[in-house]
Amino acid sequence: MHGRRTLGDHLVLAAVVLLAAIWVAPIAWIVGLSFKPNDELMRSTGHLLSPPFTLKNYADILGASSVFAWMLNSAVVAVGQTVLTLAVASAAGYGFARTSFPGKPVLFALTLAAFAVPEQAIIVPLHTLFAEADLHNTYAALILPRLAFPFGVLLMTQYFKAIPAEIEEAALLDNASRFKVFWRIALPLSLPAQATLGIYTFLHAWNDYFWPLVSATKPEMYTLTVGLASMQTNFAQTEGIGFLMAQAVFAGLPVLVLYLFFQRHIVTAVAGGAAK
Amino acid sequence: MSGAADVLAPGAAARPVAAASAAGVGRPSLLNLLFVLPYVMLMLGLVAVPVGFGLWLSFQDYDMLGGWNGSVGLANYVNLLSDRIFQGAVRNTLLFVAMTVPAFVGLGLFLALALNDGLRRSAVLRSVFFGSSVLSVTVVTLIWRLVYMPERGLLGTVLGAFGLPEVNLVADERLALLSVVIVTLWWIIGLPMTLFLAALQQIPREIYEAAALDNAGRARTLWSITLPSLKRTILLVAVIEAILQFQIFGQVLLITGGGPNNASRPVVQFIYEAGFRDWQLGFAAAASQVLFLLMLLAALGQLWLGRRQDRG
Repeated sequence: MHGRRTLGDHLVLAAVVLLAAIWVAPIAWIVGLSFKPNDELMRSTGHLLSPPFTLKNYADILGASSVFAWMLNSAVVAVGQTVLTLAVASAAGYGFARTSFPGKPVLFALTLAAFAVPEQAIIVPLHTLFAEADLHNTYAALILPRLAFPFGVLLMTQYFKAIPAEIEEAALLDNASRFKVFWRIALPLSLPAQATLGIYTFLHAWNDYFWPLVSATKPEMYTLTVGLASMQTNFAQTEGIGFLMAQAVFAGLPVLVLYLFFQRHIVTAVAGGAAK
Repeated sequence: MSGAADVLAPGAAARPVAAASAAGVGRPSLLNLLFVLPYVMLMLGLVAVPVGFGLWLSFQDYDMLGGWNGSVGLANYVNLLSDRIFQGAVRNTLLFVAMTVPAFVGLGLFLALALNDGLRRSAVLRSVFFGSSVLSVTVVTLIWRLVYMPERGLLGTVLGAFGLPEVNLVADERLALLSVVIVTLWWIIGLPMTLFLAALQQIPREIYEAAALDNAGRARTLWSITLPSLKRTILLVAVIEAILQFQIFGQVLLITGGGPNNASRPVVQFIYEAGFRDWQLGFAAAASQVLFLLMLLAALGQLWLGRRQDRG
């Protein structure tokens, strides 16, 4: 498009490549550390590329780490939250976009207002309410609060509004019920939006930190993020840097693999989630 | 599939069209309320009620251990505003936003402009810059604590290789906040980059072709076509990042712990400590309201600035 390359192009490319190296280096560094014996790392971290190497840090995860249990908790919470969010948000989105019911303008206005409320503004009262209900340290407490956030509802409302109404009109004239039209016609047409919302919700749930930190206080109910955070105390004194890094790699790997496979969808979902 | 075929049976179109306008929205019916009912109950119970409860809490002497000791009027707010640590937390948060937002806009824009072509190389580089965003805050902080680790950390090792003295960012009062800024940029630069890339794709090619015919140089094209076309996106990214970065919490808690000497404690960490360590619920709720207000003001301020520029 622009003809031959100028000196400026080369400088920009050099800058971007240098930045990319800075982006990759920390990850390469900890992956390297995870394959080194802990006693060597106590003395020096300067010889990552020369032997001895070891797989012991990863083998230790199998025996001595709670990472598996935390990962299972994270999976239950993330999958549960994703499935329920899709169900709740799709139905509500369809209701707001296509049907009419008493109180609809008020409820939609409330939804827009709720959208502006950040998690931090309500985390103290929310925690107290769940404490009163004696629900902390349960999956329900970890899953429920995010289901109430209006982002998904607004996304689905927009999406259903953009689907041409003619298809549904024909079905309605044929005396199909509203629910049947939603279930058999509108829902299948909304699959792209479901994918976006599903990926966004899953990643958010998997990586969520603040709410699980205050709600799941028993180690057996920790999610992966909270569990990993609990290991970071007394960091400088730790004798198991390699072990710690192996757990970090192990914890980061599932999402990075997902990212490699579904990169385009994930980028769209994250960007769409932010731009709203 | 067969379901759609059922309801789209031939002949449907031949029926009277009188009720057809209904399909868009339809007659009001209590039954339709069922679609939104689960969400509405969740939203009322888990957002609306907590907002109201939080507002009420902020005027109470409510301690998780000591229980409820009645209303105290504005006392929580008064105590908050004269609290040195809270003042510092507000200052740190504003500083953090002031450092990260321009950096996210600038670096995100630079990367988007540099990588907005069809080359395979650019696609790979885009993946690199976006990839770290999918990691959770605790994996990110594990990585970066190792980078910042004194003596054996990556930063020290690299600086040492160039014969430079080691800087301990995390332990230095003046640099602790900067250390968190760097981690945050590294973590989520992918989002602003992606938003800018999407906006660049929206600029019609014809404009560039016309500029080429006019022999406009690269710099001039960038300055008079690309950047003006991105004005709305720049504002959007700034607002999104400001709202996100006001909520800074996990990175600080896990990297600097708010220290040294409170030099990097942000408002959300203050709320966390007041509410969930000291269990002073009324006090913490008041701090939450102040944060909410600050975020609202920042977002409105930026939108107002954007509007004014649009008109000017």
